[in-house]
Amino acid sequence: MTMDLLLDQVRGIVQYYPVILKGLGVTLALSFIGIVAGTTIGFLLGIGRASSNKWLAFVVGAYTDIFRGTPVLVQVFVVFFILPEIGVELDAFTAGAIALTNIAACFISEIVASGIRAVPVGQIEAAASAGLTRLQQLWLVVLPQATRMIVPSLVGQFVLLVKDSSVVSAIGLLDLTRSGWVIVQNIPNGLLVFSVVGVGYFLICYPLLHLSRRMEKP
Amino acid sequence: MLLNLNFRVIGETLPDFWLGFVSTLSMSLTAFAGAVAIGIVACAMSIQPSRFVRAPAVAYVDVIRATPLLAQLYFLYFGLPNFGVLMPEIMVGIVALSINSGAYVSEIIRSGILSIPRGQVEASASSGMNYWQQMRLVILPQALRPMVSPLIGQAIVLVKDSSLLSLISVLELTRAGQTLANNRFMPVEGLATTAVGYLIIYFGLKLMAAAWDRINPSSARQGRP
Repeated sequence: MTMDLLLDQVRGIVQYYPVILKGLGVTLALSFIGIVAGTTIGFLLGIGRASSNKWLAFVVGAYTDIFRGTPVLVQVFVVFFILPEIGVELDAFTAGAIALTNIAACFISEIVASGIRAVPVGQIEAAASAGLTRLQQLWLVVLPQATRMIVPSLVGQFVLLVKDSSVVSAIGLLDLTRSGWVIVQNIPNGLLVFSVVGVGYFLICYPLLHLSRRMEKP
Repeated sequence: MLLNLNFRVIGETLPDFWLGFVSTLSMSLTAFAGAVAIGIVACAMSIQPSRFVRAPAVAYVDVIRATPLLAQLYFLYFGLPNFGVLMPEIMVGIVALSINSGAYVSEIIRSGILSIPRGQVEASASSGMNYWQQMRLVILPQALRPMVSPLIGQAIVLVKDSSLLSLISVLELTRAGQTLANNRFMPVEGLATTAVGYLIIYFGLKLMAAAWDRINPSSARQGRP
């Protein structure tokens, strides 16, 4: 490949910057929604999963297993193609946000449950004998300690979520990956185009990975 | 609608799903073997004292972990032809999966090796063992056990990730579901059967990991969830 052609292609990609920025925006928006909503729902599910009520724990475990055991791509397809069959029409962004939030919640629930189980029983007994109600025990004693333990795993899960968001490009949503896909149709240099896409993800994910790794070290 | 699955159509297309199922399994198995090979090399490089040997392995692991598999897949799929490398889609897919999972396998092996107490290494060194003897006789026999569960976990991730290969038109389980959805306008039947296929593999591997942890209780403690 000649140098001139390569320079032309670089210039071509630079001209596509609005597409790349729009894709980056969609990726960031989806990731943000998934992280906030997924963490909230994940905590609720996780509390249910670690509950002493065996039946509740089983139902939550079975629900999360179904989503932890199937590919994100299949889940995105299910939300986008099957919900309309039962009368729920969704645009691609909403469908992607729902699928990502759900799968994030399923993985986070398992992390939260393992954090709750790691809180020593003595803590709960002490809280109970101090006269705290069940809800107060959970809110004031168990969750603060569990959360502190699971923060590194949570951040690691956020990285997975940002990366999983690339799958929504399969239903035509213009995210960062899809922007690369669009550009490569006109500038046939996949290495160059997807290096740019990769840099975009790296800038989001690497700081999070670094943070998670630093917190894991005591 | 959801409770009204057309089982006749699912029955008719079951041979297609079986082909997809076998394809997903065999591609995942091949890619996993590749990932373990890459992971061993990357890990061996990342624990060397020399900076120049370590840096490429660390960069590889970081870049792979900080970018999505789909972008890596497209990078190879659209990028390799630039170098005149023309491979069938399925090969591109297996290579992408191997390179992607290799980074995670490398981290799993690394944390297994680093979990061996420093004293063990020092003791074997002072009893006159060289580097390979230490690795073969002291470190690896202890480090392998706790690696098994996380490796099965990575195999689960790999099987699910292989669904992305349907986007570069490789015939596998997800593609089989899409074909049924598109050809007969039955997305529910197609995707449900696909999901069941993945769940069979998922629960199979999960049971394997649980059985391993039962036989080796110590590995459950060190294994990642």
